[in-house]
Amino acid sequence: MADLSVIESQTPLDPASPLAVRGLTVSYGEKPALFSLDASFPAGKMSAIVGPNGAGKSTFLKAALGLIPKVSGEVSVFGREVDRVRDRIAYLPQRASVDWDFPTTARDVVLMGLYGQVGLWRRITGQHKAHALACLDRVGMADFADRQIGQLSGGQQQRVFLARALAQGADLFLLDEPFAGVDAATEAAIIDVLKSLQAEGRSVIAVHHDLSTVAEYFDHVLLVNLRRIAEGPVATTFTADTLADAYGGRLGAVQIEALALQGA
Amino acid sequence: MGAEFVQFSLTPILIGIFASIACALPGNFLILRRQALIGDAISHVVLPGIVVAFLVTGVVSTWPMLIGAAVAALVAVALIEAVRRLGRIEPGAAMGVVFTSLFAGGVLLLEQSDTSNVHLDVEHALMGNLEQLIWLRADGWGSLLDPVALADLPPELPRMAVAALIIAVLMLVFWRPLKLASFDEGFARALGLPVRLIGLGLVTAAAVAAVAAFDAVGSIIVIAMFICPPAAARMMTNHLGVQVAWSVVFAILSAVLGYVLAGYGPIWLGASNSVSAAGMIATVAGLILGLACLFGPARHRVGVAAGG
Repeated sequence: MADLSVIESQTPLDPASPLAVRGLTVSYGEKPALFSLDASFPAGKMSAIVGPNGAGKSTFLKAALGLIPKVSGEVSVFGREVDRVRDRIAYLPQRASVDWDFPTTARDVVLMGLYGQVGLWRRITGQHKAHALACLDRVGMADFADRQIGQLSGGQQQRVFLARALAQGADLFLLDEPFAGVDAATEAAIIDVLKSLQAEGRSVIAVHHDLSTVAEYFDHVLLVNLRRIAEGPVATTFTADTLADAYGGRLGAVQIEALALQGA
Repeated sequence: MGAEFVQFSLTPILIGIFASIACALPGNFLILRRQALIGDAISHVVLPGIVVAFLVTGVVSTWPMLIGAAVAALVAVALIEAVRRLGRIEPGAAMGVVFTSLFAGGVLLLEQSDTSNVHLDVEHALMGNLEQLIWLRADGWGSLLDPVALADLPPELPRMAVAALIIAVLMLVFWRPLKLASFDEGFARALGLPVRLIGLGLVTAAAVAAVAAFDAVGSIIVIAMFICPPAAARMMTNHLGVQVAWSVVFAILSAVLGYVLAGYGPIWLGASNSVSAAGMIATVAGLILGLACLFGPARHRVGVAAGG
């Protein structure tokens, strides 16, 4: 049996998975933020990362991308090291991380999504500009292309940043709370785009806060609270038991029942 | 605008222009990254470094001064960290305490050391000696093609021109990473860009500009040019490239207008003496910023406070 466990720990992470981690541990100073987390997200699906505040959801995305150091653990993106496949990943950070006063327009922000492909010095051509405008159009923001980004509403800003992610032409979309602080129309527009990405065979993984829409939007869910609580298809994983485990006393029994019923 | 202009005004104006551009270019990004204070700090901290470098080597020349300034900058960083941690003071205040103290220390050191045979004294440190950087060998515009006359150019001119050129080229080469890392650091890092190295490179470029400009034009112009032209340019446009272009225009305008006003302004007003060119150039830069704040087309910006 001892031998078996050694073999198991050496098996490579699923190369078909757009993002798989094993034993991922992250800490901020003395305080652990994630402890020995295992997860493997399915390709071509919409996946949610769900858990209470401070559970380590954003930390998970940042550590997987190598934006913050990890204490230990393996990360595999399409079966490879993350540094080798950065051009296949589009990351949408939380809205607050951006300088809204920066002298840049919506069109400009979307063009930044192309920097990974055009490199440091190659010229931005008319074709690139047309592509950027098409991406803005896909999120319904083509009419706002020349607005300075600080002059857009929160929802419009989020759509512009989704357009930038589209422009990257990635296969894996990592979104950190894409619906935080946006209006209902924007939320619907974003979901439409994400579903169309999924239809194209791309994978979407989003940190998600609103428990009432998990079942409606997503196929796969990772429930996390410092450790992995549960992971699997929403229908079988997003249950009263797992929610109670993840949220402890923070959700009432009645709330949990109602949410789990929606998922069923 | 004949021989006399080439002899007495051309070189100071050109040096002023190059110094202003060299400082304004990195200033654009320092301001956008909310690091304008770093430019201010660098231009102060440079003084003790230069004085110590002079005391050690006994000459005023570029490389020892650059090294001295770099060492002073490192000492300043360590001191700022120490004051912040030991004194539990917010970073901005720690920076303010450290760089003014180091500058004051540099002034004392300068006063006490024998620098009478070189161009290095307190007044010089503040205002440079722009008016004295004249080209006596010149006898007209034709001298610009005369190798013998060119050899007699004040050395500050080629040095400042090269510094401005290097900074401009570096900025063009690293334009996209600089822009990305300044606007959206998280996204830049997700693309695999070395954002810390980019930040360090920017501060280094600012330090090179400060050291190169310091000797010729003094710290007043350096401080003014890091901030005034880029801040005024930000009021003119919502495009980064256009902003940088405006900042260069404002830098040139400040240098030319400031120099001319310093020389002739008091005479036009009926006085008989002239005023410091460095002081007037910095004042003009401030006036341009004031006008841009009042009338610039992109001065109305929403989301400034809501962005955080």
